[in-house]
Amino acid sequence: MQRQLRAWMPQIALLPSLILMTVTVYGFIGFSVLLSLTGSKMMPNFGKWVGFLQYERVWANPRWEVAVQNFAIFATLYIGASLLVGLVLAILLDQRIRAEGVLRTVYLYPMALSFIVTGVAWQWILSPDLGLERAMHIWGWENFRFDWIKSDKMAIYCVVIAGVWQASGFVMATFLAALRGINPEIISAAKIDGAGGLSVYRFVVLPALRPAFLTAIVVQGHLAIKSYDLVVALTKGGPGYATELPSTFMYAFTFTRNEMAMGAASAVMMLALVSALIVPYLYSELRHAR
Amino acid sequence: MATLEFSHVGKSFGSVDVLKDIDFSIGDGEFLVLVGPSGCGKSTLLGIIAGLGSLTTGSVLIDGQPINHLEPKERDIAMVFQSYALYPSMTVADNIAFSLRMQGMPKAARMEKVRDVAELLQISHLLDRKPQALSGGQRQRVAMGRALVRNPKVFLFDEPLSNLDAKLRVDMRTEIKKLHARLGTTIVYVTHDQVEAMTMATRIAVMKDGIVQQFGTPDEIYQRPANTFVATFMGSPSMNLLPGVADDGGVTLADGQRLPIPGRGDVLVGLRPEWFTPLPRGDQPEGAMLATVEVIEPTGPDIYVGLRLGGAEVMTRLPAGTDIRTGELRAFAVNADKAVLFDAETGVAL
Amino acid sequence: MLADGVSCRGVAAHLRRALLIGVLVIAALMYLVPLAAMLFTSLKSMPEITGMAGFESNTILTPPRAPTLAAWGEAWSRACISVECTGLRGYFGTTIPMVTCAVAISVSIGAVNGYVLSKWRFRYDTVIYGLMLFGCFIPFQIVLIPIARVLGLMHLSGTMAGLVFVHVAYGITFTTLFFRNFYVTVPDEIVSAARMDGAGFWSIFLLILVPVSGPIAIVAVIWQFTSIWNDFLFGASFGGANARPLMVALNNLVNTSTGTKAYNVDMAGAMIAALPTMVVYVVAGRYFVRGLMAGAVKG
Repeated sequence: MQRQLRAWMPQIALLPSLILMTVTVYGFIGFSVLLSLTGSKMMPNFGKWVGFLQYERVWANPRWEVAVQNFAIFATLYIGASLLVGLVLAILLDQRIRAEGVLRTVYLYPMALSFIVTGVAWQWILSPDLGLERAMHIWGWENFRFDWIKSDKMAIYCVVIAGVWQASGFVMATFLAALRGINPEIISAAKIDGAGGLSVYRFVVLPALRPAFLTAIVVQGHLAIKSYDLVVALTKGGPGYATELPSTFMYAFTFTRNEMAMGAASAVMMLALVSALIVPYLYSELRHAR
Repeated sequence: MATLEFSHVGKSFGSVDVLKDIDFSIGDGEFLVLVGPSGCGKSTLLGIIAGLGSLTTGSVLIDGQPINHLEPKERDIAMVFQSYALYPSMTVADNIAFSLRMQGMPKAARMEKVRDVAELLQISHLLDRKPQALSGGQRQRVAMGRALVRNPKVFLFDEPLSNLDAKLRVDMRTEIKKLHARLGTTIVYVTHDQVEAMTMATRIAVMKDGIVQQFGTPDEIYQRPANTFVATFMGSPSMNLLPGVADDGGVTLADGQRLPIPGRGDVLVGLRPEWFTPLPRGDQPEGAMLATVEVIEPTGPDIYVGLRLGGAEVMTRLPAGTDIRTGELRAFAVNADKAVLFDAETGVAL
Repeated sequence: MLADGVSCRGVAAHLRRALLIGVLVIAALMYLVPLAAMLFTSLKSMPEITGMAGFESNTILTPPRAPTLAAWGEAWSRACISVECTGLRGYFGTTIPMVTCAVAISVSIGAVNGYVLSKWRFRYDTVIYGLMLFGCFIPFQIVLIPIARVLGLMHLSGTMAGLVFVHVAYGITFTTLFFRNFYVTVPDEIVSAARMDGAGFWSIFLLILVPVSGPIAIVAVIWQFTSIWNDFLFGASFGGANARPLMVALNNLVNTSTGTKAYNVDMAGAMIAALPTMVVYVVAGRYFVRGLMAGAVKG
């Protein structure tokens, strides 16, 4: 009996987490999926099944349309810009800079901040009356205009700016670590073979950063889909619902507009999007894991 | 102090057999070396003895008792690992004493045993250090100390010398052999190095593809290899295999020369490099073989001389200072009594 | 000729170096702008901020001419959050125990999980690990509604215990990942050696692996601390009025619409709320990045 217990100890130790995960991740996903097929309003109501009606209603809603458009803009620019900024900073920082430690901390510190704090700061900087625009006017650029945050069309780009500012340091750290992991002998070999500075990067360094690119895209991609706090703190989805994202749409419909099933349907679509990104990544990672 | 027996041991992962019908036994106090190329299953077999891996069929017996169902700690076996596997957070003394601590031995008694073992291995001055502050050779000694302190029935060694530099490897080899002579404990030792196998073992099991190709004393393995794999794997330079056709009178080689070894059909003649002796120039008695000298490699005590003989390349080992020149045609006396004939098709000794 | 060529190249190298440093420093300044704006504004009085008489040349990036800690005091103990006007002070007292509990529990469980998933083999272990990993990436929107229901059923709605539960449930996926990736780098032979030495499952974990887990424990603790401290979604959704974490309180403070907007108090509040994580990053950030990268980036 005791021998049996000992033999099963690894599984027993894992069991509580396994149960917790099964319930809180997969059970809850199941709950939301089922909920999205019902007519629930304020409270979950599994008595009334409506099929995919809620999905149709979500897609018919102009706010969702804006949210999806915004998400496309936001995700593309946020991932693209933070990768670019992060990569450039990492390559520059990798040139044996004396103050590397300090600079790295500066680039990284936004990661320590809550989006709520970041939102407060950026709201302030982006405000035309008190922020950057006013500063520029006082410094002599009378014609400087920077009022994106008040514009229906441009406000989403403000969210991008704040997001990139916050996340690019992390991407930089990812790339820097990968750069440091490249065997210096390979670079020496390439130089002996006649490759100049730029071709070393093109043919040796960048290919070696492939795993880091993948990691960065996956991490930033899922953060983009999760982004909720940033929009709430920066624009509250406004002006109007000009900076609506799927995450804020879900929250608004579930908790303030009493359209719980519609909220669940939008959440299911967010999950589907994340899964399309994550599942192939996890599969390829785990296939080689053992 | 124990006998060790493998009874039809087999292991498979799905449809892949990694061990097939391992079936032999060794007596008390023997030094068994499992030798073979990487992937031959020798480490898997060691893991099965240790209880770290399971077997699919058959059983392993220590002193006649099956141990399959026992956990590693219940088998009274100690093991020295290839990477030494020292516990990084513990001092040398704590590393050595860990198994005693797990047995619940009081601290004072533990420390006394540790001191004895440390003295035996000459590592008394290292007892307060952490593993990362030790050299490779010192780590090796600590790993052995950890095994010795338990005074187990069987010692297992998993390629313990492969991470040491060449000189240290030879020293430690001697030391392990001395230790075995002194303690008399049964040892199972895994290596891919045939020199280690030959120098240390009282019994060798040569393995390939999960099968024991030959089990025997070092001398048997060297003199009478069971097949061409064992013949070429054991010994350096390896045994020469000359193709030929045999009849009752001897073997006719590809170039028409004959060796007086009776046999039948297509064969490979196995000749060790040291079984060749050059004859004085111009001398060519009956039974001598004519060969062209192609390459000469001095190694210090010996010179390796590459010949073209019987349509094949042949490596010989001659004493240093032998009068021989590249390019010359020379007659050699061959020790045909010792030669081993293999079936040309199956590679099995005839 | 030769000497000229060398010195020419030397000058070019110096110029390139200067350009490189220049770009890096400008980038650093841009990263610091929001922090500077926050800090400066928090130290100013409202008349200075709005550029009233005497302060016409004030901008967000002008250092305070008459620095005052009044706004910090206001945010700390007097600012209004919902209906209570007692500042952020009280929220530290309730948020710190909640975060501490959630971090301690999720890191401990993650360590055990990582140990099991890296050092023991059993059927479906990779599948289980994959399922856990996926849990790191789910958008929390998909679980918000069921969490609310389950917390209600457990009578944990609107309590700090409820928040601890939620943060543990969705934190152990990350801590498991960290510890698993770290323990994979500890040679399996060490575990085998310990098994042969007679150590059992828990002895191996506590005596062999835990003592070497320092680097990854730092990563896991910092990660969990920052993400739970900075969490807004769970706090806002499940904290209610009785268990409001600091970040939710800050958001309320900033968005309180009574009276004129006190930007200096908002900024001071944001600084106060951000201080603990900032301190942790500046002090231990080095170890964090090092440890995180060792686990996160392969190849």
